[in-house]
Amino acid sequence: MMVEGFVLRAGLAGLALVLAAGPLGCFVVWRRMAYFGDATAHAAILGVALALAFDLSLYAGTLAVALAMAATVSTLAGRGWAMDTTLGVLAHSALAFGLVAVSFLPGVRVDLAAYLFGDILAVRWSDLAAIAAGTGGVAALIAWRWSALLTATLSEDLAHAAGIAPARERMALTVALAVVVAVAIKVVGALLIAAMLIVPAAAARAFARSPEAMAAAAVAIGAAAVAAGLAASLALDTPAGPSIVAAAALLFALSVALQPLLGRG
Amino acid sequence: MNLLAAEGLTVRLGAATVLAGVDFRIAPGEIVTIVGPNGSGKSTLLRALLGILRPIAGRVLRRAGLRIGYVPQRLAIDPGLPLTVARFLSLPRRQPAGRIAAALARSGIAGLGGRQMAGLSGGQFQRALLARALLETPELLVLDEPTQGLDQPGQADFYRLVEDLRRDLGCAVLMVSHDLHVVMAASDRVVCLNGHVCCEGTPSVVAAAPAYRALFGTGTGGALALYRHVHDHRHDHARDGDGDRHHHAGEA
Repeated sequence: MMVEGFVLRAGLAGLALVLAAGPLGCFVVWRRMAYFGDATAHAAILGVALALAFDLSLYAGTLAVALAMAATVSTLAGRGWAMDTTLGVLAHSALAFGLVAVSFLPGVRVDLAAYLFGDILAVRWSDLAAIAAGTGGVAALIAWRWSALLTATLSEDLAHAAGIAPARERMALTVALAVVVAVAIKVVGALLIAAMLIVPAAAARAFARSPEAMAAAAVAIGAAAVAAGLAASLALDTPAGPSIVAAAALLFALSVALQPLLGRG
Repeated sequence: MNLLAAEGLTVRLGAATVLAGVDFRIAPGEIVTIVGPNGSGKSTLLRALLGILRPIAGRVLRRAGLRIGYVPQRLAIDPGLPLTVARFLSLPRRQPAGRIAAALARSGIAGLGGRQMAGLSGGQFQRALLARALLETPELLVLDEPTQGLDQPGQADFYRLVEDLRRDLGCAVLMVSHDLHVVMAASDRVVCLNGHVCCEGTPSVVAAAPAYRALFGTGTGGALALYRHVHDHRHDHARDGDGDRHHHAGEA
């Protein structure tokens, strides 16, 4: 069977994304940062508007805004703000301002749906290079900091007493999140990035007895979701990004159903 | 020579000055307990001594190369994080299996290395934290309210274990507690804290001190005697004392 070039590129882009989103998503789950991911991802739309307005690279624009949002949220969290409401306000306002800003762009016809839900089938080789560089960097960062990140996730005081600076580890995760958001916007879009972080990680919990196993299982489940979602998208002519997330959600449901059998490690 | 000392320590959290001009010292092999009402700055003092918080005035003196084993006050492990006891002990540094097994045995939870942290009882969980603190053969063991959430026999058992560890390992122990009646008798020295050091000395001196009685009332003196009785006989009469229970309910 011949694999069309665009399908190959889409598959590779999806795999590159889950390589970073799997382990990073585990930390998002363990540290209860789900809304944090939302806020950062939604801010990316504002980044798209900036990139288009100032003729910057899409990745540079989204990365800059996602970093600014992630750093803001991280700082507020560090000051002990009640995060639930604050994050809700930030996430939705960032999205709204982003959409308003895009509408102001003169003479540009912007396909908003492509940025909200991604257009993985339109990924070019140059995009693939940017995505792979970003997610490869994030995966390497997480592998490098793994023990320190885990310790800081358990308890910042414990980390401190062991000679680890929790603020530095928090910063590493913040940067990783912004990079993943920036490169994932072409793949699954601003609205569905958080799903690719959380859903495979949540599904992986049922199969894992160690943090490392959970991260690996999250990558495997994410990869399966990419494959199944793309196949469904081609066969049924459904939008690719949402199909991938829907496949991940089905895998999550399956893991919940299997949980009693697996005896939840 | 002190293992750890502080001079004129003043710590501010936000706008509030939580500690003002606190002097502190602990010598090798000593068991020192910091007591004080809620909000008196007990945990803040520990965290400043450990270098987690930076004082705005005063200084902390630590003997060069001091090995500290730290048991934090709370550790909420998200149920979404699969973590065995043995893996927990290997954070952040990998530890040989033999050393992990020895630390678990020493903490009274031998053989639990393969269990998930989330599946442990309160007492087992505290012992797992203690085992982790013991891994690097500490010269100073620092425990922040180590028996929170344990019932009274569980508390008495835990403090007995700490005394055994001090005897066997020769380490100094620094504890924060408001389980006054149980913990004070196990201490060489008690520091009564309320933003500043109200009084300090042997448990009986502190229990009789006017500043201490002003903070905690007089009921504790009897409870202290009761604990000594329990402790000497290694029986479990701790639940008998009515005044004792009252006191604990008031503190919790």
